[in-house]
Amino acid sequence: MLIETAADFDVRDYLRKEMMPHFLCPGCGHGIALRALLWAIHDLGLDKDKLAVVSGIGCAGRLSAYIDANTFHVTHGRPLAYATGLALARPDLHVVVITGDGDCLAIGGNHLIHACRRNLKLTCLMLNNEVYGMTGGQVSPTTSETRLTTTTPLGNQEPHFDACALATAAGAGFVGREVTHHVPKLKELIKAGLEHPGFAFVEVLSDCTEIFGRKNDMGSSSEMIMRQKSEIRPSAYLDTVDTPFRSNALPTGILASNDRPEYGATYRRAAAARKGAS
Amino acid sequence: MNVIDPLLTGKNAVKLISGNHACALGAIAAGCRFFAGYPITPSSEIAERLARSLPEVDGVFVQMEDEIASIAAVIGASMGGVKAMTATSGPGFSLKQENIGYAAGAEIPCVIVNVMRGGPSTGMPTRPSQADIMQARWGSHGDYPIIVLTPASVGEIYSETIRAFDLAEQCRSPVVLLYDQVIAQLSETVALNSAADASRTERKWASGPRAAYKPYDGGSDGIPAMARPGTGYRTHTTGLTHGEDGFPTQNPEAVTRNLSRLFSKLERHRDLIDSWEELHCDDADVVIVAIGISARAAIRAVELCRARGLRVGLFRPITFWPFPEKQLRQAAAKARAVLVPEMNTGQLRLVVERVLAGKPVEGLHLFSGEAITPSDIAARATALARGA
Repeated sequence: MLIETAADFDVRDYLRKEMMPHFLCPGCGHGIALRALLWAIHDLGLDKDKLAVVSGIGCAGRLSAYIDANTFHVTHGRPLAYATGLALARPDLHVVVITGDGDCLAIGGNHLIHACRRNLKLTCLMLNNEVYGMTGGQVSPTTSETRLTTTTPLGNQEPHFDACALATAAGAGFVGREVTHHVPKLKELIKAGLEHPGFAFVEVLSDCTEIFGRKNDMGSSSEMIMRQKSEIRPSAYLDTVDTPFRSNALPTGILASNDRPEYGATYRRAAAARKGAS
Repeated sequence: MNVIDPLLTGKNAVKLISGNHACALGAIAAGCRFFAGYPITPSSEIAERLARSLPEVDGVFVQMEDEIASIAAVIGASMGGVKAMTATSGPGFSLKQENIGYAAGAEIPCVIVNVMRGGPSTGMPTRPSQADIMQARWGSHGDYPIIVLTPASVGEIYSETIRAFDLAEQCRSPVVLLYDQVIAQLSETVALNSAADASRTERKWASGPRAAYKPYDGGSDGIPAMARPGTGYRTHTTGLTHGEDGFPTQNPEAVTRNLSRLFSKLERHRDLIDSWEELHCDDADVVIVAIGISARAAIRAVELCRARGLRVGLFRPITFWPFPEKQLRQAAAKARAVLVPEMNTGQLRLVVERVLAGKPVEGLHLFSGEAITPSDIAARATALARGA
């Protein structure tokens, strides 16, 4: 694959410069994910005035404030529910949700499965850093087994969630996963999600260097990102597992895509048909 | 198809309808074009009515996955500039509280109907109560302003639903429409006219150059203009404390400035918000203070007492929060005793005792799941009037 350049993309065109410097920790992968999102938005030529970004609570939730668009930083776990109301009421807007693993899978888990089932046009970007970073490093639904957090001093005993498998099972129109190591691929995945007519769920494997990595002796940010790379199994590899050199356990790329009817358009069509019949 | 709502036809109509039906009709007349809800007794009829009528006016109805999602979707729709409502009852009202606080803090107009049923917890789903008076005011965490309306008849549910939307838009505030199961499911005749009743009240929208616009600048009346997404302002809305620019801040001066404006916002518009009714208070020795179905019973009790030659009156808050304190003090100025019949253990009495400090206030409290009868109120009022 050719190395894609970002010659015509200047991230500053999409950021609120007055909000800089941002508050993310050094080494945090969320900034890379934000850049990939803005790059995808740029590539698609989406109008910032028609772009709405809804985010929840936590480190990922704070990203919306940096985006030069119509941005809504709502309550913990509820960005998908707020976005559902916004997107149904304003089908002219392009609505993107930014959420974290705790926001989306723990407190907001019910909204995720029903957003997948409903298949309303929304793009949900879930930044998975395996931890509640904002509150100081507690275990999350995606924390890997045996990992140390402030609330798992014995090592995490609970199995972690596979968010993409969950979203696929719940019927999401589009499901994908990528690591922050592969920025152009991440950008392309987000683009595909943004272009999908129904509900698109994109999981980004991010890294929390300061809180999670430090506690688990995972090294610097670059080491954490390299570890992500060694653990993934791009969908292009099919089911080939590259053992014994590395585990290659985590599938990435587009993991599910279907053309189930989009809910908002379906509802409006049914309403118009009813009106026409009366 | 069967057009169920005369409002949609634009003709005068006198209809025998239930309180919940009246609420749905009032919402359509008020310009509500988005409803998100979750089934719960005894408010579900509102959702069922709007599921049918909203598509007919190019609105959207959605049944969400839970109570929290319903209020969240309503606030989301309103952030998009569409008038929006949800309806619930006791347990659902508890679940919605965090996000009602968000709407209050971020100043997003919306209407929340709470049909009060017996509690605590699951309580008595099909029986009336008036025990959410305090929760409607103080249910979410932190200090915040909120408007609560307490209609007492089917006709008043209709008109107060329209007023709820108007106040939500004018004050950029969540408005709670609080009524009990009895009037929710009671049927009465109501005069309807879609053309005459239709509300065109809209929130103040941002205008002028983007550079000069501050999303939380209260201007001369303390109520900021909202930017409609898609019009080029590209603002930020957050539940964090924020400055006039809408961005999070913990700067003590900025926090104090914005919260002071927020907390005083409704007080500055009491002329718009206040609503109450008095019956024979001028010469009353005993003033009854009541809301909802208890006030309906109290009207009959006043008639019974007057027939006995006793000077008994009724003061009925229609806007409950902010409470019409000045008006109650005036109405009860000459009264020697005050009687508060209510279906709870004394929530309204607590307010009345504070407002009329020093005056004897007696409660008549019923929490059996039955409505208080006129004869019960008349008996207590008679005893008070004769003893007074």
